[in-house]
Amino acid sequence: MRNILIIGFAAILLWGACKSGSDKKALPIYGNRKPVTKMVDGKQVTDTIYQTIPPFKFVNQYGDSISNKTLNGNIYVVDFFFTTCPSICPIMHRNMLKVYETFKNTGDFKIISHTIDPKHDSVPVLKKYADKLGITGNTWWFLQGKKEDIYTIAEKNYLVAVKQDSSAAGGYIHAGYFVLIDKQKRIRGSYDGTDPKQVDQLIADIKTLQAEPDQMIVQ
Amino acid sequence: MSWKLAGSLIVFVAILFITACQSDENLEFKRYYSSGALVYQQHCQNCHGTNGEGLSALIPLLSDSTFLRKNVSSLPCYVKNGLKGQITIKGKTFEDAMPANDLSPLEIAQVLTYIGNSFGNKLSTIDEQSVQKNLVGCR
Repeated sequence: MRNILIIGFAAILLWGACKSGSDKKALPIYGNRKPVTKMVDGKQVTDTIYQTIPPFKFVNQYGDSISNKTLNGNIYVVDFFFTTCPSICPIMHRNMLKVYETFKNTGDFKIISHTIDPKHDSVPVLKKYADKLGITGNTWWFLQGKKEDIYTIAEKNYLVAVKQDSSAAGGYIHAGYFVLIDKQKRIRGSYDGTDPKQVDQLIADIKTLQAEPDQMIVQ
Repeated sequence: MSWKLAGSLIVFVAILFITACQSDENLEFKRYYSSGALVYQQHCQNCHGTNGEGLSALIPLLSDSTFLRKNVSSLPCYVKNGLKGQITIKGKTFEDAMPANDLSPLEIAQVLTYIGNSFGNKLSTIDEQSVQKNLVGCR
C-alpha cells in the first residue's frame, strides 16, 4: 500500500515536472501542506505551511560534515546512486555533469548525490569517483552516511524509491530521479535523470528558481 | 519523354547499380551492423553513451581505433566476461571494472561490428565464427 502511494506520488511529481515547463513564471510546490491561522496585528491571517526537507547530517567526499544547515541559502538537486552501479547511474551522472557544468560557478547552487551503498562507497571511494568524473570544488557533493538515514530521507522526504535487492543488477533497485529543492527546502520538481530532455527541463527550472524573489528562509 | 519520366528512369537505374554493387559481404555487414546497433542500445549504451563517448575517467570511450584493432581478438572476451585491471585508451588510464554480459556469440559479433564501424572506427565485419574462435582463448 505504501509502495503504491509512493509510486503514485512520484507519478504526480513527474507529471507536474513535465507540465511546469509550460509555465515559465513559477514552479509548483510539492508535498503536503497545511493552513495555519494566526493573529498578526490584531487581524486573522491564514498562512500555508509546506512540506520541507527535515534536518539531516551526512559526510561528503572530502570528509566534511554536510547538514541541512550547510545547504541554507542554496537551491539544490538531489539524487541517489552507488559507484559500482552497472545500470542507470552512468547515464544519470553523464546528464548531471551537464547540470554541474551549467551552474558550477553560481554561488547559490549545489548538487548532492547520496550513495545507497555506504558499506562499499566509503569517503575515499567517493572522492576517487568524484575525481574521475572530473568534479572539483564544492558545487557537487557525494554524500555518505548511515544506511537507514539515507534510505529514510530518500523515500520519506525526497520521494525516491530505493531498495536493496540481490536479484537486481548491482544489488540495488533505485529510481533515477533528480529532485529539485528550493532555498526554503521545499520540493519544486522531480525529473527522470536518465532522460536528457527532462534534464534540460531541470536546467531551465533551476534558472527559473534562481530568478524567484527570496522569501523567508526556513531554518 | 517528359522530365519526370526521365528523372524516375535515372533513379531506377541508379538503384539497380547500387544493389548490383552490393556483394554478399556487404549485405552481411549491414545485417550485423543494424542488429549490433540494437544490442549496443540494450547492453552498452548506458555506460558507454549514445555516441560511444564514455564518461570522463570512469568509463572509456569507444573511438580508440588503434586499441580496437590491436585487441581485436580479445574484444569478444571483454564483452562476454567483462574487464578488470588497467587499460589505456587514447592516452588515458581506466581502472574500473566492466561487468560481464550474457550475450550469444552472434550478438557479440553484431555489437562488435557495430562498435568497430561507429564513432569514427573503421574495422571490417567481425563475424560469428571468429567470435566463437576467439572466445575459446579467453583468459
